[in-house]
Amino acid sequence: MLVGTRKGAFILTADGRRADWTVAGPLFGGWELYHLKGSPPDPDRIYASQSTSWFGQLIQRSDDGGRTWAPVGNRFAYATETGTHQWYDGTPHPWEFARVWHLEPSLSDPDTVYAGVEDAALFKSTDGGAEWNEVPGLREHGTGPSWQPGAGGMCLHTIVLDPSDPNRMFAAISAAGAFRTDDAGATWKPINRGLRSEQLPDADAEVGHCVHRITMHPARPEVLFMQKHWDVMRSDDAGENWREISGNLPSDFGFPISVHSHEPETVYVVPITSDSEHYPPDGRLRVYRSRVGGNDWEALTDGLPQEHCYVNVLRDAMAVDELDDCGIYFGTTGGDVYVSPDGGDHWQAAVSNLPAVLSVEVQTLL
Amino acid sequence: MIRVELPAHLRTLAVVGKEVQLELPPGATTADLLDALESRYPVLEGTIRDHDTRRRRPFVRFFACEEDLSHESLDLPLPAQVMSGKEPFVILGAMAGG
Repeated sequence: MLVGTRKGAFILTADGRRADWTVAGPLFGGWELYHLKGSPPDPDRIYASQSTSWFGQLIQRSDDGGRTWAPVGNRFAYATETGTHQWYDGTPHPWEFARVWHLEPSLSDPDTVYAGVEDAALFKSTDGGAEWNEVPGLREHGTGPSWQPGAGGMCLHTIVLDPSDPNRMFAAISAAGAFRTDDAGATWKPINRGLRSEQLPDADAEVGHCVHRITMHPARPEVLFMQKHWDVMRSDDAGENWREISGNLPSDFGFPISVHSHEPETVYVVPITSDSEHYPPDGRLRVYRSRVGGNDWEALTDGLPQEHCYVNVLRDAMAVDELDDCGIYFGTTGGDVYVSPDGGDHWQAAVSNLPAVLSVEVQTLL
Repeated sequence: MIRVELPAHLRTLAVVGKEVQLELPPGATTADLLDALESRYPVLEGTIRDHDTRRRRPFVRFFACEEDLSHESLDLPLPAQVMSGKEPFVILGAMAGG
């Protein structure tokens, strides 16, 4: 388990029972580790985004499963004139690189990796992170001047690669919305039809929505699930149309959303009280599971704190493994990382009292 | 011989101790010092100055001879006591919490 936190990274390991966890770290202590992720074809190849406000952005790479690391390229220069986006007060603000939020390694080539950055743009490296080049078609889509920052900044935080079509990829930006390319990044289209955001003057605008996270099951790449600022959504046509599946959730605000690795209709979310109250409803940390693709949700509480719990679970801080039973993992801003080895029925803390958790990824190693 | 003190995080990145030493020609400027530092330790590129604007990162400070040089032009000559090696050129993170 690769855990990024506000003050370093941690690597947790366990056997297939997923009961006893060994904790290594902190790696890069004192730095913010927004995200770490391994290459699917080469799990020993891991990329990590390391940054601070003081000293900027670095990318670290491990070629031995996280035992040793070396910094690679850290120059993220926008490819073309950037212009402005909206600032928090609605005025135009120049595009400025701040940090890498998300790293998405290629499904086939360990040397190819995408980076989603703040201010929102997509970068790509084809040499193991040594050099980064912007994929400018997304930022130049044309609606950029109307994009605005979410509370965490104007970030491209989600990159989803389609395992059935190397030319198709999805990206999500706060607060612009979801986008799709069908030509390997050359051109992009907004895919936000069906989203409604009352925070926009035109609630069903083409762009401007604060999409928090998109996920898919790799066996069914046309079906997407989305946790929006408010509302849990589903698309059955690769994002062309969305419908709400919040159903009986106690709150449809939240950040992460994940799909069971063997059951494409089983979906997990962590409801958060509201856009200003970033903690679970009633102080009870509950994961909600739908086994029918949405609308009908059940609370999963066994092993999770059910009183006085006021932590948040951030968008990159939930993951699933590929074992049978599927393991579900998430980390909190209170520094706890919870594991369920049985699809969410029972939970235990793999580790407690880490710095605030920013991201959780899982590698199933044979 | 110029002495340069680095903050802890940059020491870790460059795999050096608290102080590194650089050779600079007479009349060298702060920019020359930073160029030489980044040339010897490429991992520091982008951590002290922005890659493209070459400006000091906002939360980085330059001190020398009990003076804050952070807002001085990078093209000014280094103080004589820094050039002679009597005083270090100090690079540090701003006292900005964290």
